[in-house]
Amino acid sequence: MSRIIGIDLGTTNSLVAYVDETSGLPRVIPDADGRALLPSIVGWAPEGLIVGEAARRQLARRPKDTVYSVKRLMGRGYEDVKDELAYLPFEVVPADGTVRLRVGGREVTPPEVSAAVLKALKERAERHFGEPVEKAVITVPAYFNDAQRQATRDAGRIAGLDVVRIVNEPTAASLAYGLQRLQEGVIAVYDLGGGTFDVSILRVKDGVFEVLATNGDTHLGGDDLDRVLMLWLLEDIQARHHVELDRQCVELSRDPEVMQELRLAAEAAKIRLSAEERTTLTLPLPGFTYRRTVTRVEIERLIEPLVAKTLGPCRRALADAGLSAADIDQVVLVGGSTRVPLVRRRVQELFGKAPHSQLNPDEVVALGAAVQAQILAGGITNMLLLDVTPLSLGIESLGGIVNVLIPRNTTIPTSAREMFTTSVDGQTLVDLHVVQGERELVKDCRSLGRFELRIEPMPAGLPKIEVTFLIDANGILQVHAKEQRSGKAASIEVKPTYGLSEAEVDRMIEDSFTYAEADVETRMLIEARNEADTVLTHAGRALRQGASLVPAVERESIEAAVTSLRAARDSDDRDRIHEATTAVNRATEHLAEVMMDAALKGALGSKRASEILKEPE
Amino acid sequence: MNFFEVFELPRRLAVDGDELQRRFYALARRTHPDFHQGVPVAERAAVEERAALVNAAYRTLRDPIARADYLVRLEEGRTTREGGGESRPKAPPALLAEMFEIQEALAEAKAGPLDDSARAGLVEQRQALEARHAAEEARVRGPLAARWDAASPEERPAALAALKDALATRAYLRTVIADLAEALGEEEPGVAHHRH
Repeated sequence: MSRIIGIDLGTTNSLVAYVDETSGLPRVIPDADGRALLPSIVGWAPEGLIVGEAARRQLARRPKDTVYSVKRLMGRGYEDVKDELAYLPFEVVPADGTVRLRVGGREVTPPEVSAAVLKALKERAERHFGEPVEKAVITVPAYFNDAQRQATRDAGRIAGLDVVRIVNEPTAASLAYGLQRLQEGVIAVYDLGGGTFDVSILRVKDGVFEVLATNGDTHLGGDDLDRVLMLWLLEDIQARHHVELDRQCVELSRDPEVMQELRLAAEAAKIRLSAEERTTLTLPLPGFTYRRTVTRVEIERLIEPLVAKTLGPCRRALADAGLSAADIDQVVLVGGSTRVPLVRRRVQELFGKAPHSQLNPDEVVALGAAVQAQILAGGITNMLLLDVTPLSLGIESLGGIVNVLIPRNTTIPTSAREMFTTSVDGQTLVDLHVVQGERELVKDCRSLGRFELRIEPMPAGLPKIEVTFLIDANGILQVHAKEQRSGKAASIEVKPTYGLSEAEVDRMIEDSFTYAEADVETRMLIEARNEADTVLTHAGRALRQGASLVPAVERESIEAAVTSLRAARDSDDRDRIHEATTAVNRATEHLAEVMMDAALKGALGSKRASEILKEPE
Repeated sequence: MNFFEVFELPRRLAVDGDELQRRFYALARRTHPDFHQGVPVAERAAVEERAALVNAAYRTLRDPIARADYLVRLEEGRTTREGGGESRPKAPPALLAEMFEIQEALAEAKAGPLDDSARAGLVEQRQALEARHAAEEARVRGPLAARWDAASPEERPAALAALKDALATRAYLRTVIADLAEALGEEEPGVAHHRH
C-alpha cells in the first residue's frame, strides 16, 4: 500500500498530516515557514492563482477575486445559500442546481476552489516526503449530506488525489484522542469549526470506535460568530461616526474592502477575547479612524444565541443514542471555535463534566485523518472506526411522502433493498427520487437525485426490479438495480440534484491540468514580452541619440534586428521572442559602448570608458 | 444469509446483548472495508455489501423489537420490502373502534386552534396510548418472545401470529402518538419525524 495522507479541509483553515512510522504518532506537516495551518482562501491575482496566507493578505485589497469559506457552498443549491451571499464579497451565481463563483474573470465551481486548497496541501506533503503523493483521506463535517460529501470527493479528484476515504471530522478527532489519551467508555465529541457544527456520541471499546449517534448544523460556526460581532460594530460605527460618513457620502456596508477589513477586525477581536477580558479594536476607515473597546461580556451577549443553537443537536444526539448526559464518560472539544470561553462553559453545563482539550483543537481532526489513513494503509490494525450516516435516506412515494429506507444513525456501510414494479403496460422507465432528511414530506427534505431505471417492456406489474441502496463507508450513496425475471442489471441514469456529473468532474480534472500548464506558459510568455519591450525601448533611444556615432551598415543591422523583434513580440512563441531579444541586444552592444564612451568623454575628457572603470578607487 | 446466521445464532428471540456485541466487533474487524483496501474495483461493492449485512444484522438483532419484527418477516419470507407501498401502518381491526374517537379529536385539532380542554383531552389520550405502547412492547419482549422460543414446530404459526399482531398494534400506536404530538405542537421543526 502506498502512502496515504490525512487532510482536514476546513472552512477557515486546512491541514495535512501523516503518521510517523517511528513513533506511530500522527504529525501535521508544516509549510516552508513552519506554519501548520493553510488558510482555506484562494485568490485570483495578476500573477496567477494564489492559495493560503498570500491569498489571505489580498482579502481586503481584492475582495471580489478572493474566495474564503467556500466549504459553506460545497454541494449546495443557490436557494440554500442565497441569504448569506450578502456577506460574501465575491459574486455567486446559480448554475444547474449548484452555484458558481465569478472570480478572476471566469466562473468556477466550489469543488474547483477547494481543489486549489487541496493541491497546495498535496504539494506541501510532496515536498516533505520528496516523492509524489496520490492518495488521501479527507474529512468532512459529520452532518454533511450526500451532495456535500460528493462535492468534497470531486474536489479531491480535481486536485489529482485518489480520495480513499471521506471521514467525519468528530470521529477523526476521536481517533486522534483514542490513540493516546482516551479511556474506554462513552464519549461525546463537540466540534465547532469555522463554518460547521457537529456532535457525535461514540462508544470506545476494545479498539473499536462505534459511533452511536451524530447530529449537527452545517451552517453554524466561527464565521457566524464573526458576523454578529461585525454587524454590531457596523451599527456602532454608523451611530458614532454618521457625521464623517455623511460628509464623505460613504455607505460602509456597500464597500467590500471596508467590510472585509471589518470582518477581519471582528475575527481578530473575537480571538483576543478568548484570552482577555477586554480588547481595543482600531480600524482605519475612509477619512477617520474607528477605535473602541470591546469586552468579553459584550461579545458573549452577542454570540449567546448562536452557542445555544448547538445544544439542541447535542440533546438530539443523546436521545438517538438512547443515553442521557450523565452516561457520557468524557467530552472532547474540537475546532477553533471551542476556544471561546462561553462555548466551553455551555458544553460543561450540558454534559456536567470538564471537557478534554489537550490536543490542539485546530489540528486534532487532521491528526485523526492521518490515523484513519494509516488504518487504510494497513499500518494500524488494532483500531476500527464504525461510523454512521447522519441523515435518513428515503425515496419519494405517492403524495410526496418520504418512504424511509435507511434511518439516520445507521452504521455504515449499510444497504437497503426494495422491490419495485411498473403500473402501466409496456412501461420501460421507473423513476426513483431519492431524498435525505428527517421530515415526512419530500419537499422538506434534501433531494439527492433522480435515478431512472430502464427495463424491457412487460405487462404492468410483471417486472420485479430489485433496487439496492448502499451507503458506503464514505457515507456516499450508490444505487444498483436488477430486474429479477431477466436477472439483468437495469441501467441507471443518475441525475444529481446538487452535484456535478461524472463528465463535468472529468472535464475539470483535465481543465485543471491544462490551466496549470497554461498558467506557467502564460506567465513565461508575459515575462518574455516584458523583456522585449524593455530592450526595444532602449534600442529605439540608442538609435535616436547615437545614430551618428556608428557606420550606416551597423545602423541598418540594428534596425533589422529591431524590426524582427517587433514582429516576434506579438507572437505566442516565447522562444522566438527570446532569440529576437538576444539578437537586438547583440546588435546594439557596440553602439551602447560607443555611446557610453561619448558620454564619458564629454564629462571626463579623452579617457576611454573601460579605462575609467578599471581605475582603482 | 439471514441475520441470525450472520452471527451463528439460532433463530430465537432471546439474545445475550454482550455476546452479540462481542461477535459483532469480531466480525466487523474481518469484514469492514477499511481492511480490504487492496481489492480490485469490481469487488469493492461486494466488500461494502458484506459489511453492510453485518451492520444491518447487528442493528436489527440488538434491539428486541426490531429483532421480533425481523423474525416475523423472515418466517414469512418477506425480508425485501415492497417499494412505493404503504409507509404508514394500518389500524389493526381490534383497535379500530377505540381509535375512532382519537381520529375525530385529531381532525378537530387540525381544523383549528386548540382550546384548553381539547388540549388537555389530547394530552390525556396520548398518555394512555403511551402506556399501551409500552405494554405492547413489553409483551413482545417478554411473554411473546418466550412463547416463540419455546414453541414446538406445530405451535409456531400461532406464536408467530401473536407476535405479528402485537407488533402491528405497537407500530400503529406509534404513528398515532406522533400525530398527537404534532397536533399538540410539540414536534420541534426538522427533528425526529421518522421513528423506528
